[in-house]
Parts: sequence; structure tokens; C-alpha cells
Amino acid sequence: MINVKDLTKRYARTTAVDHISFEVAQGQIVGFLGPNGAGKTTTMRMLTCFLPPSSGTATVAGFDVLEQPLQVKKRIGYLPETPPIYPEMSTSEYLRFVGKLKGLSGAELDRRVDYVCGRCAVAEVKTKLLGKLSKGYRQRVGLAQAIIHNPDVLILDEPTAGLDPKQINETRDLIKDLAGDHTIVLSTHILPEVEQTCQQVIIINRGKLVATDSVRNLQARARGAESVLIEVAGRTDVLDPLMVQRKLEQVPGIARVVAKQELDSRLVFELETSKGPFVRGDVARAVVESGWDLNELRPTAMSLEEIFLQLTGEDVSKPEETPVEVHA
Amino acid sequence: MRNVWIICRKELRSYFVSPVAYILLIMFGLIFGFFFWNALGAFVFESIQSQMSGRSFPMNLNEWIIRPLLSNVSVIGLFFIPMITMRLFAEEKRTGTIELLVTSPVRDIEIILGKWLASVALYACLLVFTALNFAFLFRYGNPDWKPLLVGYLGLLLQAGALLAIGTFISTLTKNQIIAGAVTFGVCLLLWVLEWVSGYETAAWARVLAYMSVITHFESFGKGVLDSKDAVFYVTVIFLGLFFTARSMESLRWRS
Repeated sequence: MINVKDLTKRYARTTAVDHISFEVAQGQIVGFLGPNGAGKTTTMRMLTCFLPPSSGTATVAGFDVLEQPLQVKKRIGYLPETPPIYPEMSTSEYLRFVGKLKGLSGAELDRRVDYVCGRCAVAEVKTKLLGKLSKGYRQRVGLAQAIIHNPDVLILDEPTAGLDPKQINETRDLIKDLAGDHTIVLSTHILPEVEQTCQQVIIINRGKLVATDSVRNLQARARGAESVLIEVAGRTDVLDPLMVQRKLEQVPGIARVVAKQELDSRLVFELETSKGPFVRGDVARAVVESGWDLNELRPTAMSLEEIFLQLTGEDVSKPEETPVEVHA
Repeated sequence: MRNVWIICRKELRSYFVSPVAYILLIMFGLIFGFFFWNALGAFVFESIQSQMSGRSFPMNLNEWIIRPLLSNVSVIGLFFIPMITMRLFAEEKRTGTIELLVTSPVRDIEIILGKWLASVALYACLLVFTALNFAFLFRYGNPDWKPLLVGYLGLLLQAGALLAIGTFISTLTKNQIIAGAVTFGVCLLLWVLEWVSGYETAAWARVLAYMSVITHFESFGKGVLDSKDAVFYVTVIFLGLFFTARSMESLRWRS
């Protein structure tokens, strides 16, 4: 659906996007991940024909962004970082205006306006002025505006930025909900968001592509093998951590055992395995056969946050998540 | 063409849901009303004087009231035009809605024409006030309506040219005040350029005087449709809109 090849955007002094190539298949949700200023917005603006690329090509639904911008624009719904709303218009007036701009008219326009109002849960503010709406509603009106002409591709620039946690969850659910009908590209610098909503992730940093893969593959690739967290407790006596560790190391398929925590009679270990799914059963049997209790056993996947740090080799800047001091 | 109409309607709506249009209309109505009242007072005074002195030729309403008032409107317009055009693009750039327009399947020129036509339409609304005043002349007197029509055409053409320049200036900044102030300065300069012709006859002075928007209105004010002057205004409109289009394009390459 989207095909990007060697896309580059140079400004007078800086290169914002540097030879990025990726593909997005139809019906997928793709997360565009990177710290602030990585070039996410610039790339999205090139896909929406807002900015022309300096070199390289990008095609959306088979149309080139430079050669056939009108065809591309017809097939794209775009929500910029700040929803592009006119404060003096009411929700329905605004949606009708955007619908007409995108080529809808007559009964079709009425139908689509009603539909997107329901879909994005803005029906109850239909007659209110956009300038008086809360940030969450504005964001949803922005989304409604993006899907009004039922585009093949949806491009959402930080759709959850500035929302409260409840609104963030609602927006994410809405986006997941929309995925069936549209191919979605969303940008974010919040890592869990990608884990929760996206199937594929494209990581960029300083204008360069760092990784592009499915979320699951990335997690597997970063770690190589699975790791298991277990908690062991003695029934009557206090356990000797060293003894337990030695016992666990003898289980076939265990590469490394790290003692994580020691609480009274409970011990927590992280086991790195190199073998398949039977390891967990073997570990459980070994613990129980030694007369200990197995309180917990769970595989741990690496979070995208760790992957991200590993791939970019630097701190992730998340300025808006720094705690704010409150003076009493 | 449909897209031009959509944009134009949206712009007119935002003029008329905000106080902007009403304030402009009220101020213009007040100012023009005063001018009209004054001209009428002077006319009545003069005609009584001429009757008392025994001169019998009738005084011409077109000559005495309509013509000077149309020139006045063309000058008052200079002050109102920046207020009409300053928000056209500057506001959209500031709030980011320009991104919506530019990523919609419409051509740049359709956006520009829509906005410019809306500004011309608002100016035409101002002219309606002058027509209301002139209507009294037709009710109680017998002026010739053809020169008045030509005068209105001239006013619209002149305003169209200045509005095109204002539209262009509005694309250059995110700040409405800057757009307004610069447009006002340019309008004022284009008005006073003809002053050089008062003391200088060299080629450069003639060129400067030619560029003055006011000199080209004189023939329209007299009720004479001079194609030379019409061509001048149409050329300025075309240039203004052309530069607007170029500026919008460069907006994308730069931003």
C-alpha cells in the first residue's frame, strides 16, 4: 500500500530524513517510532504530499507523491500533530467542509458525516463550536476528519499526544478498530503504544532507519532466546540460594541462571534458555522434585523500550514524562 | 471550480461568524455616511447660492456628488483592505489548518482563488453601503446611472488588485498583525506614488506614477471605461495571485 524508497529530505543545513526505505502492506497498523526530532513528522509530511522529498520516491496506493499528488491526496487521511480545526466552526459544519474538500457531496456526504461522528464518538458534540471542545474531543474530531472520505491509508502524527490516560486508551482502541478498513501509519515516541497497537514497527533515529520488523520479531531478535523468571520457596526450611542455583543450572537447556531477589524463604531467579518450550516443564519438574514450591514461572519478553535503547544506543528522550514538582 | 466555491464559502463564513465583517461594515458605513452627508450638504448649499446669484444652469449630481464620493471610497478602501486580507493565510499557517488544505485533493490555485474571491465579496458588501446612500439620489434626483456603474466596476477592479497583493503578503507570515501592517504600508505607498508626477517628468517618475493604483481610477470615477486602466488592474490581480501561488509552493520547499 505504501512504498518508500531512499526517501530523503534535506534542509539548508540539516538532513531531516536520510535515505529511508520501507514498505507497508494493506490493512496493517505500522508504528513509526523515534525520539523527538527523529524525522517522523517530516516523513509523514512527505507521504501526504505536504512536503516534497529532496530525493528518493514514495508511492501510496500505487501513485507517486511527486507525480500524482492529487491521486495520493484522495486516498490519504491525515491527522497532523495538532488537529487542523477551525475554532469558529461547529463539529458538523467542520466535518461537512472537510468532506466537501475531499470530494464528497449530497447524500453521500450526509451519510459519511453521520458515520464518522458515530465511529469517533463525537455525535454528542455535533453542534458545539470546535474552539470550545476539550483536547480529547478535538483529537477525535481530527480523527473523524481523517476518515471522512474512507481513505485507503490513514496517517496519524502522534495521535495520543497531550491526552489523559483514559483518552489515550480510547484513542488507541479506536485506532485498532479502524485498522480493518484502512492501512494505518502512526507515529509516536511512546514505546508501549507501539507494543499495544501496532503489528509492525519502523524505528528511526536522527533521520536514519534503525530497524523495521514486526513487533514480535523485533523482540525475539533483540534477545535471541527466551528468558524465564521463576520464584522458588522452601516448604519448611530456609533455602540456600547457591544450592537452588546449582540445581537449576543442571536442568538441560539452561544457559545461565541469575539470582534476582531474596525474600525470606522466597528466591527469584532469571533463567536464560537456549532450547525450546520444554525447558519450562523441565525447570518446574526439577524444582518440585527437589521438594521446593514453585510459586511463579513466567517467560519474560524484552520490552520495546529495551530494544529501542539497544538499537539506537542512546537514551530515549521523553520530556513530557518527567515528573512535575508540585509545591504544597 | 467546485473547490474554489467550497473554499470561498468557508472564508466568507468565517468573516461573518466572527465580528470582523460586522466591524468593517459598521465602520465603513459610518465613514461613508459622513462623507455622503457632507457632500450632500455642500451640494445643497452651492445650489442655493447659484440660484440666488441668478445662474440658471442645473447642477449635475454625478459631477458634484457621485464622482468625488467614488474617489473617496477608493481611498477609504486602502485602509480597509489590509483588515480584510491579513488573516487569509497567516491564520491558517498559525493554527496549522493550512496542512489540512494542502493535503486535501485540491489545487493550490483553487485555494488561492477561493480566498481571494471571498475577500472581494466582502469588499463588495462594503460597497453595498455606498449604494444605499446613492439610492437616495435616485429617489429625489435624476443622476445618470451608467457612470456610477462604471465607477463601481473600477472600485472592484482596484480593490481586487490590492486584495491580491494583500493575499500574497498574508502567505509570507504566520502573524496577522505583520501581514496587516505590511499590506497597509504597501497600499499607502501605491497610493502616494503618483505624487512624484507633480514636480518631475523624467521617465522614472512617469513609471512610478503609472504604478500608483489611484491614477488608474480617475477615468473610472468619471464614468469612462478605459481599457488601459482596466488592463492595469487585471495585470496587478494576476501578478498578485501568481506570486501567492509561488509563495505557497515555496512554503512547502522551505518549511
